[in-house]
Amino acid sequence: MTPAAASFMRLRGMIRKESLQILRDPSSIAIAFVMPLVLLLLFGYGVSLDAKHIPLAMVVEQPDSKTASLVGAFNRSDYFNPLSFDSIQDAQKALDLREVFGIVWLRNDFSQNLMSQDSAPIGVIVNGVDANKARITTGYIQGVWQAWFESYAASKGVKLSQPVALEPRIWFNAAVRSTDFLVPGLIAVIMTLIGAMLTSMVVAREWERGTMEALMVTPIRIGELVIGKLAPYFILGMGGMLMSVVMALWLFDVPLRGSFWLLSAASALFMLVSLGMGLLISVVARNQFVAGQLSLIVTFLPAFILSGFIFQISAMPEPIQVITHLIPARYYVAILQTLFLAGDIWPIVLANSAALLVMMVIFLGIAWRKTHKRLDA
Amino acid sequence: MGSSLQRIIALAIKELLAILKDKKSRIVLIGPPIAQLLVFGYAATFDLNHIPLAVYNEDRGAPSRELVARVTGSPHFELVGYIDHDAQIAPLIDDKDVLMVLHIGPHFSEALKLGNTAHPQLIVDGRNSNTALLALGYIRSIFTEFNIEWAENHGQRGPPAILKIRPWYNENLVSLWFIVPGIVGLLTLVVTTIVTGLSVAREREAGTFDQLLVTPLRPVEILIGKSVPGVLIGLVEGSFILFMAVYWFEVPLRGSVGALYLGMFLFLLSAVGIGLMISSLAVTQQQGILGAFLFLVPSVILSGFATPISNMPEVVQYLTYINPMRYYMVILRGVFLEGDSAELLVHQYWPMAIIAVVTLALAGWLFRHRMN
Repeated sequence: MTPAAASFMRLRGMIRKESLQILRDPSSIAIAFVMPLVLLLLFGYGVSLDAKHIPLAMVVEQPDSKTASLVGAFNRSDYFNPLSFDSIQDAQKALDLREVFGIVWLRNDFSQNLMSQDSAPIGVIVNGVDANKARITTGYIQGVWQAWFESYAASKGVKLSQPVALEPRIWFNAAVRSTDFLVPGLIAVIMTLIGAMLTSMVVAREWERGTMEALMVTPIRIGELVIGKLAPYFILGMGGMLMSVVMALWLFDVPLRGSFWLLSAASALFMLVSLGMGLLISVVARNQFVAGQLSLIVTFLPAFILSGFIFQISAMPEPIQVITHLIPARYYVAILQTLFLAGDIWPIVLANSAALLVMMVIFLGIAWRKTHKRLDA
Repeated sequence: MGSSLQRIIALAIKELLAILKDKKSRIVLIGPPIAQLLVFGYAATFDLNHIPLAVYNEDRGAPSRELVARVTGSPHFELVGYIDHDAQIAPLIDDKDVLMVLHIGPHFSEALKLGNTAHPQLIVDGRNSNTALLALGYIRSIFTEFNIEWAENHGQRGPPAILKIRPWYNENLVSLWFIVPGIVGLLTLVVTTIVTGLSVAREREAGTFDQLLVTPLRPVEILIGKSVPGVLIGLVEGSFILFMAVYWFEVPLRGSVGALYLGMFLFLLSAVGIGLMISSLAVTQQQGILGAFLFLVPSVILSGFATPISNMPEVVQYLTYINPMRYYMVILRGVFLEGDSAELLVHQYWPMAIIAVVTLALAGWLFRHRMN
């Protein structure tokens, strides 16, 4: 038998053993298919930055037709759920108790001062704790007020000059739907979890049970061992991946503007990085307790916060931006957001894939070497 | 009774030793939370500064230059460069070199001087919809100010004024003030789940749990003994992170510290209860880790840590009621920023207390009834 044929046979045996192990312990299959399903459903519906029906306290000190018309404009807006309060004190109390998110206050001189030039005759208070939501709400309130004022002025025959009218063109996501932006990123977060989860416990378990020594005395080589361990999990992980993409397209209606093949290739690369990371964790940790802890710590939160999935990387302080380069999910999120929403933009896909390739080589290389060292010891 | 207390203390000490004696697991418990606090505290921000922008100005008049100067002079924007033809727009946006391109047509100044409306275009990269919306909001207010002043200077009736909006509690709308108190909850949850999520599963796998069951320890005592390390470690780490939030990140702590600690204690109890429940359900450590993951990830997502619960669909909002972290987030932010006292937070305390009682009772029951 040639050496290549022998190597192939050993590899086949190893893959067969791992596959049987996966089939007999259903928890791996659960990780690969049930986890993405549950997580994507939870995340996809749970994570949204689009505020709707914001409870807003309306305080009208002297009701008349003008105030009724403005309150009506707030009522018709999909963004708000206006509640009427008799006095500003009551409204402020409701704000303190978190019953309302903001207050729109029409003072008793509202109608007289309405057409005066200087300042807007309404007072607005918002709960600023969640700065982002406060900013978005502020924008919506401003929008309702301006639209109402313009139509009111028109009805009175007053011509408002508008020297400059901005025409925004929002590319890639004309409706500014946050789901379209979040779901591709979610796939990256979920795949980081799954890839690392799948492998991180595998090797640690063999060490703990003593079966690693048994494997070591067989003629199998380190490379074959690593490939044999990875191959079945790679296939499982890609299955979970495919399912997530299908859900993104048909359940969450996210458009896929780039090519499916490019997406698959980038995903395969990322899956290898993330399996490699898991393998490295389990080789280093050697016991399941530490392996589990490590994979919890280094995968989920960094992928959630530092990948650009929800928090824009360019908005972070410079040193933190440097740190994000160590997070594999960062590159994959950039690829996914671009492939789904913008299309095959090669400079972005290539640059980020190159980074992933480097990480894959590093992770698998270290895992391979570490396994080797243990054999000598 | 005295001997019962002794037994519990003995078990608690044994549990603490089991966690802390291993160097690797000690490092895992102390190092990453500190590093993550520092990194995440600064990383998790929705505040936008220096948004990269390119200007394509086909107009040579003074008004357009004035408008461009206002945009580029704003701290929110950073001018990457000027471009001079259409074909340059797409590559800049596609490759994320800029977030937006402001395109002013050749007849801008002319339109303004004739009293007509000029329509400059703003091309925005919508891949991150939140960033796009915020950036658009900033540009809009610069344009509105420009309009108001122009109208004033030319004796015209201007557009509606910009509303003066007063944010309460976080007057300058700093994301860090919102995120850092959230991180206190986030990291305490992770640490507690790690400590408790495997504590029973590991003993079951090693067979020592059966030995524990045949000792004079009653299930209640085992339950308390196993809960103490999680609560203790959680309290220590939680206090440390609180300390950092106040003295390093300088988030104002306006409310009652007692109210905060009551919340932390109840939160830890419920997290420990869930952790022990997962751990006693699991037959192997792998299942324990999987369970911890399956609990941790949704808890974080459905807590309001990063995205508001009120944005979620109603069904999902109901689901958040069984998540202890949801209540703890309100307590943390309420005490830090809104200056809440314990009375104001009663409705956050009792759900956590119920979750703690139910999960701890279930965990204790599972000790004996989950044996194969």
